[in-house]
Amino acid sequence: MSAEIPEAASAEEQKSEHIMHPWSLQPSIPNNLEEMEDKVTSPEKAEEAKLKARYPHLGQKPGGSDFLRKRLQKGQKYFDSGDYNMAKAKMKNKQLPAAAPDKTEVTGDHIPTPQDLPQRKPSLVASKLAG
Amino acid sequence: MARRAGGGNDIQWCFSQVKGAVDDDVAEADIISTVEFNHSGELLATGDKGGRVVIFQQEQENKIQSHSRGEYNVYSTFQSHEPEFDYLKSLEIEEKINKIRWLPQKNAAQFLLSTNDKTIKLWKISERDKRPEGYNLKEEDGRYRDPTTVTTLRVPVFRPMDLMVEASPRRIFANAHTYHINSISINSDYETYLSADDLRINLWHLEITDRSFNIVDIKPANMEELTEVITAAEFHPNSCNTFVYSSSKGTIRLCDMRASALCDRHSKLFEEPEDPSNRSFFSEIISSISDVKFSHSGRYMMTRDYLSVKIWDLNMENRPVETYQVHEYLRSKLCSLYENDCIFDKFECCWNGSDSVVMTGSYNNFFRMFDRNTKRDITLEASRENNKPRTVLKPRKVCASGKRKKDEISVDSLDFNKKILHTAWHPKENIIAVATTNNLYIFQDKVN
Repeated sequence: MSAEIPEAASAEEQKSEHIMHPWSLQPSIPNNLEEMEDKVTSPEKAEEAKLKARYPHLGQKPGGSDFLRKRLQKGQKYFDSGDYNMAKAKMKNKQLPAAAPDKTEVTGDHIPTPQDLPQRKPSLVASKLAG
Repeated sequence: MARRAGGGNDIQWCFSQVKGAVDDDVAEADIISTVEFNHSGELLATGDKGGRVVIFQQEQENKIQSHSRGEYNVYSTFQSHEPEFDYLKSLEIEEKINKIRWLPQKNAAQFLLSTNDKTIKLWKISERDKRPEGYNLKEEDGRYRDPTTVTTLRVPVFRPMDLMVEASPRRIFANAHTYHINSISINSDYETYLSADDLRINLWHLEITDRSFNIVDIKPANMEELTEVITAAEFHPNSCNTFVYSSSKGTIRLCDMRASALCDRHSKLFEEPEDPSNRSFFSEIISSISDVKFSHSGRYMMTRDYLSVKIWDLNMENRPVETYQVHEYLRSKLCSLYENDCIFDKFECCWNGSDSVVMTGSYNNFFRMFDRNTKRDITLEASRENNKPRTVLKPRKVCASGKRKKDEISVDSLDFNKKILHTAWHPKENIIAVATTNNLYIFQDKVN
């Protein structure tokens, strides 16, 4: 990514331009940010350092396979019908363990029941844009 | 005072209309996911997360009161897609409409393609303003008459009725995408179209639903080796053999379908060289292209990455000809934007009718326009505070750091939940549609 550094008008020119022409010539990088770049590291690298400090185990390749694969797997829900039926058979009289009320994702040891799954009916209401 | 020109020198934008609910508590289904004008600009379609499409139609201009152009009013609304569950793959399929693309009008009816993650549908929107009356064997309410009671014959006639707009699905293009569809684009031949998911692009014929040709496949043999995905694709507006697709690594590939059946080898690769010393953890993520759009002329294309808009000349692959910073002040906030996932927001961009001005959205319900000729840019806000018709919008300014001037907003006060991801520009006039989370704003230039 190339950094654009066009000529910045003087402060006075900018101010009068701002009043007369709402469409103003904006420098692509504000002046104080440029100074920062010269003095320390780039803001991006500073942000990177912040992130690494918070999450030391963050992988080396952020755009790499893990992140992309997570994107490709969007929408995956896991349900084992065998487990479900076995649990139903074992606990004929008892209730299946219910999910905590605030759990939206059904995962782990909990075996989902039809009541736990979020409703996936189509919108019965018309769009509010059409109201 | 600037006159209304097709271009963009010092246009004064005014509020025109806002659609949608006022309440702050937004239902997920109401989140707008796509906005698109048709080829004449008379119709404006929106799609939402609930799988619904709403089409607005511009009123015919009132010749006497020529101080404003026609308003957009609801023309038709229908449920395009419904939530599904793929039992075989244990995959929930969202009904959210990812894209809508209009077909050029060929007859009285209008056609559009709408797509969710997996299925594309061709919808026909037709008007009915007459109904047949005077049948011999049927009563007006539809009940059948006893034939033996018929003593005279009459010829049924068409009588006018209240306009009824009907939407019906004419084609359903399903089961061709393993991954999530991000783009559809109609070819200039008006017979075929492409659909692109994360790893593949397919070519369809509008009449044929049981077959589609795979024209790009970037899935590696071993998924561990996956390094980039397709983020957007579009056909060239004039050359029916040419299309482009963008990637999560900031590259754009132009392909020619005449070269081979499978266009895995690009004809052109557009990529701006990066200074390796500037590389950071965020570099690749913010270089991911979220939208690619050809200019109307077909000579240029525009790409949107997280912080900028770039204009490329199709004849020059090694760098863009123009770069516009959308919100450079966010570069020093990348850490928090990564943590709250905003860094993955997919902003779209659009051209005006004469390709002289480009527009894209930002946060805090701000949107930005860049005039390519004057090199001026402007930041405006879509807010109900300015909603008197013909009120000129006041330009906004974000203060990166240091002393904040009056009327400026500091970066830390920006509301990152108020994102403008979808915008559209009327193909001929200076009318724009800007979608906030659940509202649609229509702005026009001041007409005097």
